Amino acid sequence: MADVSVTGNDMIADDGVPLKVKLARATRRQKIRALMLVAPLGIFILLAFLWPIGKMLFESVYSPDFGRVMNRTAGELAKWDGKGTPGEPAWKALVLDLQQAHKERTIGQAATDINYERPAARSLFTKSARHAKDITGPPYKEGLLKIDKRWDDHGLWALMQRLSNPYTLRFYLNAMDRTYNAQDQIVQQPPERRIYLPLFLRTYILSAAVMLACLVLGYPVAYLLSVLPLKTSNLLMIMVLLPFWTSLLVRTTAWIAMLQREGVINSLLVWAHIISDKERMQLIFNATGTTIAMTHILLPFMILPLYSVMKTIPPSYMRAARSLGANQFTAFTRVYMPQTVPGVGAGCLLVFILAIGYYITPALVGGESGILISNMIAYHMQKSLNWSLAAALGTMLLVSVLLLYWIYNRIVGIDNMKLG
Amino acid sequence: MGLPPYAATWERIWYYGFRVFCGFVFLFLIAPILIIVPLSFNADPYFTFTKGMLELQPSAYSLRWYLDIFQNGMVDPSLPKFSWAWLVDSWNNAQWIHATKNSWFIAICATLLSAALGTTAALGLSQSQMPARNLIMSLLISPMIVPLVITSAGLFFFFSDIHLTGTYLGIILAHTVLGTPFVVITVTATLVGFDRSLIRAGQMLGAPPYKVFFKIIMPLILPGVISGALFAFVTSFDEVVAVIFLASYDQRTIPRQMWAGIREQISPTILAVATILIVISICLLTVIELLRRRSERLRGIKPS
Repeated sequence: MADVSVTGNDMIADDGVPLKVKLARATRRQKIRALMLVAPLGIFILLAFLWPIGKMLFESVYSPDFGRVMNRTAGELAKWDGKGTPGEPAWKALVLDLQQAHKERTIGQAATDINYERPAARSLFTKSARHAKDITGPPYKEGLLKIDKRWDDHGLWALMQRLSNPYTLRFYLNAMDRTYNAQDQIVQQPPERRIYLPLFLRTYILSAAVMLACLVLGYPVAYLLSVLPLKTSNLLMIMVLLPFWTSLLVRTTAWIAMLQREGVINSLLVWAHIISDKERMQLIFNATGTTIAMTHILLPFMILPLYSVMKTIPPSYMRAARSLGANQFTAFTRVYMPQTVPGVGAGCLLVFILAIGYYITPALVGGESGILISNMIAYHMQKSLNWSLAAALGTMLLVSVLLLYWIYNRIVGIDNMKLG
Repeated sequence: MGLPPYAATWERIWYYGFRVFCGFVFLFLIAPILIIVPLSFNADPYFTFTKGMLELQPSAYSLRWYLDIFQNGMVDPSLPKFSWAWLVDSWNNAQWIHATKNSWFIAICATLLSAALGTTAALGLSQSQMPARNLIMSLLISPMIVPLVITSAGLFFFFSDIHLTGTYLGIILAHTVLGTPFVVITVTATLVGFDRSLIRAGQMLGAPPYKVFFKIIMPLILPGVISGALFAFVTSFDEVVAVIFLASYDQRTIPRQMWAGIREQISPTILAVATILIVISICLLTVIELLRRRSERLRGIKPS
């Protein structure tokens, strides 16, 4: 450290630089050093996590296939006023596009795109593309109508106009069970054709049920663990931590063995003559199975934060309340429980956040009625290959999770997140 | 929390009722895991206890499903058991062995990467001069919170562009992303109790930065690093969604193989594998507990 001399109000180090400046420099150096240490992981997360998620967001609003394959039609439709069906130039463009798409075998991409919005449109496109070469000259409209009368449809042309734009919100409309009616207005699907909103609703309800079940089962256990002598509670803690450390797939397999019709629970009930052999309950491949298995899997995430909060509450508070005349019940509800609220908040939020994104367990034990929104995302990613819709559903799920994460961050704080 | 002698009757009922309830919750937690172990020794290809098993007949129990782990997928299962040719065939062709090799390879690579990246970041994050600490921390932790399906879908879109789907590197990178938050959290937690004057003492005595790091910082935060690395390892070892989305058959891991097994041909081999995994998790649990005690001792917290 350099010698310090005082001139006026500023302290100057012996190399003539004010101490304030030197201090600021040192702080800045430390800041840069701290940032440099975080940088490798920061860049890695940016590239391998945030960028992919950004790609997903982009995928959900970007769908260029139709506009690319049918680019002449798209150009003509940009000029269309949207009334009735467009004029002859658009029909000519459509015929030329169909001919070219048939030759280049790209008609499938455009047909798939339009089929998402209007089932059965695929056959119209592929059939028309096959026969488009027969139309050699004007009038193109009559020629095309001779191949298939379905082309004379305002709704179809309006749809093609919408699909021509590569940037679109239609997957979000789709994901919210909205569609266009004959007057080109956005309306909700009839109840029997709504898929995603009920599924979101089920996801939230089921997650809330799992959260409540975890709270009801976890609160007493966490309380017991926090009041027992350390030796006993450490032993019992193993029972909480062993499931926590056991593979998710193993636990799900275990619940299949437990819950199936010939499984352990049903057999025990039959053996105890509570139910007869014929009335074995269907506990699995429905929402019941999903709820039970997910409660088991997420219970440690409730018990551990509760326990760490309860551990810090001095038992003397309860004794003080008792000696002031409160009975056990009043002392517990008025003195003890309010102090556990941070733990309850942390546990519930954590369980809820993890539950709404669950995929593996519902897929294996959920059957038809027990699947969640994640399963639908996976279905569109892998089976139906409607990636943009999967991305839109994913984005909607992501928004709910991030909202909850933000609340968690405000209430609990990331720093207080504890593991094991 | 003993029951005082003056407790009223309803207090006694409450006290014992409470303990019975807790007992049931513990049973709920542990029973499904324990039930798997005897079922995996089933002689019949069922997921249930057979009559013979309940009557403890030795013939109802067998090790055939454990043998199946080594044999399933072999080119020539008729080779004499445990002969050299059998072992070679099993090592090269058995499905579960293939999955096990993949699981270990991917998990070890991902763990090393996340431990290195996470520890460095935690060192930076725990410095008092760190700007925008909370924001950066929540960004670095977010892979743990964002549902796996979303992360995997995003990675799938990204990896398709750069031709990383169906490669080991792709899976390792994905698992590294998922593992780093655990390392960041545990190492940051260890650094909370870290006495920074030790670093200054080292510097004052003339140690260069690398020496300060390896001789002073590292030994003290090692328990945090190891337990974070274990979390990362378990995350990778247990992860299946990213593998489903990003891997081809060549990169199948154990959980992926179990997933396929449960969905396609459900056989007690899965239970045998599950039993082995339970044994592994018991070992891990022990290691974590020992580390926790060592860390508490080193930081001068009264051992519990």
